[in-house]
Amino acid sequence: MDKIRVLLAKPGLDGHDRGIKVIAAALRDAGMEVIYTGLRQTPDKIVSAAIQEDAQFIGMSILSGAHMTLFPAVAKLLKEKGAENIHLFGGGIVPDQDAAKLEEIGVGRIFTPGATTEEIVTYIRDTARDLPEETL
Amino acid sequence: MADLMDSAKKGIEQVLSKSDRKKYEEARAKFEEQRNGADELDGRKFITVSGLPIKDLYTPDDVAGKDFVEEVGFPGQYPYTRGVHTDMYRKRLWTQRLFSGMGNARQTNKRYHFLLSQGQMGLSVAFDLPTLMGYDSDHAFAKGEVGKCGVAVDSLKDMEIVFDGIDLGKISTSMTINAPAAIILAMYIAVGEKKGVPSEQLTGTLQNDILKEFIAQKEWVFPPLPHMRLIVDTIEYGTYHMPRWNTISISGYHIREAGATAVQELAYTLANGFAYIEAAMARGLDVDQFAPRLSLFFNSHLDFFEEIAKYRAARRIWARRLKEKYKAKNPRSWLMRFHTQTAGVSLTAQQPENNIVRVGWQAMAAALGGTQSLHTNSMDETLALPSEKAALIALRTQQLVALESGVTNTIDPLAGSYFVESLTDQMEEETEKIFNEIEQLGGVLAGIDKGYFQREIAKSAYAYQKQVEKGERIVVGVNKYVMDDKVDIPLLEIDDSVETEQCEALRQLRQARDNAKVDSTLAELKAACKDESKNLMPYLVECSKAYVTLGEMVDVMREVFGEYQEPPMF
Repeated sequence: MDKIRVLLAKPGLDGHDRGIKVIAAALRDAGMEVIYTGLRQTPDKIVSAAIQEDAQFIGMSILSGAHMTLFPAVAKLLKEKGAENIHLFGGGIVPDQDAAKLEEIGVGRIFTPGATTEEIVTYIRDTARDLPEETL
Repeated sequence: MADLMDSAKKGIEQVLSKSDRKKYEEARAKFEEQRNGADELDGRKFITVSGLPIKDLYTPDDVAGKDFVEEVGFPGQYPYTRGVHTDMYRKRLWTQRLFSGMGNARQTNKRYHFLLSQGQMGLSVAFDLPTLMGYDSDHAFAKGEVGKCGVAVDSLKDMEIVFDGIDLGKISTSMTINAPAAIILAMYIAVGEKKGVPSEQLTGTLQNDILKEFIAQKEWVFPPLPHMRLIVDTIEYGTYHMPRWNTISISGYHIREAGATAVQELAYTLANGFAYIEAAMARGLDVDQFAPRLSLFFNSHLDFFEEIAKYRAARRIWARRLKEKYKAKNPRSWLMRFHTQTAGVSLTAQQPENNIVRVGWQAMAAALGGTQSLHTNSMDETLALPSEKAALIALRTQQLVALESGVTNTIDPLAGSYFVESLTDQMEEETEKIFNEIEQLGGVLAGIDKGYFQREIAKSAYAYQKQVEKGERIVVGVNKYVMDDKVDIPLLEIDDSVETEQCEALRQLRQARDNAKVDSTLAELKAACKDESKNLMPYLVECSKAYVTLGEMVDVMREVFGEYQEPPMF
């Protein structure tokens, strides 16, 4: 099987990139293909980049409290562009009740402080197994 | 006395008589024979939080040959290892200052009055991300972020409300703002003027440290060079118009939070400080004109002794460089005053009440390290902005350390500890090595350009995470003593109505103000930006007084200076 391709992005104005860089390194060491977009990407740019890069996953890191604006914006764009096959998940400072609301609109797991890189790797591998054929 | 000084100078060989020396050697041999010498217990390594190996025992041999007079000395005297003031906390405690700001100006003002009523001695403003990045609340990029991680400030109007009912002639204010720091300072000057407090009497600190933004926190607007010009402008302006104001707070805090080790925090921060000194000297300022108003800002992380050693080493390195390299003659230029914040990154979302205890010893390390002011984190900061109750506990934590623990009774109580002195020396040596690396790269700006700092910090952060996941490092509640708990502490929520109201207020402001004045002050600002010989501060003050918004000022500057993009790397 080809390598799993994950696009990691930091949307919004926040520049705290310690978490996403640790995840990027861990996914790379777990044998995945990691595309890191860098800081301050608009939802539009993130979705376009994911499509262009044939990513199966988009992982977004948001620590600023803007998660209820940015996750839905990316989820909506994925639908509009017919790219719902790309699995959107994320991490950051996100209260449980918000994560539950995001799940309702189709966003995957939201990892919060204390999550291990191993849990995230496992989550991606397990999810990849269940993704529709054509995305792999 | 001469004997005593002599023995202090030459270390253990001379301190012990021949027979004592024999006893000492025997005891040491016995210890070495009986010790287990392991470097871990149940997989947990005996290393500092930065990964420095720590020995099982420190003895006089670890400080053998150390020149106590030259290297440790006395408080208030060069090289200030023991503290910048002669009497330290026996004369004045550190300033208790909680970093706070949330939602709109009115909510923030209310929190300030509450904290001041509870004994807080100074203010510290946290701005929201659009403000930090130079965008008005109604900008498309601000959507969803207004008031979320600090207070939204669009114009002088908001600043007037933030400081309503607060005497700026008496209360000092620290403002955590970097890319648009000069603009916020201009607004503060304008608020002071409105309240009848001239800039000469304003006291406080502007963070204004863009190098660490490029290195770690990543909140920049323009490329490095125009940003450096703005910083030198504020230093120069402060030198002539704001004698009681710290024009810059050279910050290691964010570098550490991004993943740096204690040594990297120390080395990168001081190197940034020297870069600002060199830039201001290149402008033609005399080092003794501005160095006394430079202040520093460090993290207080989990490893108690490592942090204390870091602060002590920092003072010594700073004093020596200022005196020897930059030839400062005024002793006030040599002394490194600093603010401390406990480590946000060390807090856990799991069992959040445990954070109160972590913050407690981090605050104590800052006190034992001789800090001039302190912010203590609230237990709920991995989850949300601090609730009023959590903020009050954080404030009480430092009051307990100051008034009940006894650590403030004597100055630098850990001096002379074989361990602490040896660790202080080690910090200094490792820092000098990193200074050499930076120099080889061509200095701080070249290092940023080459991604050196960003890469080194990311490496350290990843190494730390791996240690936690392997169990070499224990995080209670995360990889040991884990409980399947749901967080049940009350959290502060910022309502989305803050954004709507802020945008509406902005619309009204744009209608009500004298827009001809706005246009003319902005045109003058733009012309000044194009003229390298102009200090931009007076132009920014004029814009602020005309209620030009932060975003409007930044837009004009962006047109002249351009924007910075960081190449993504990990």
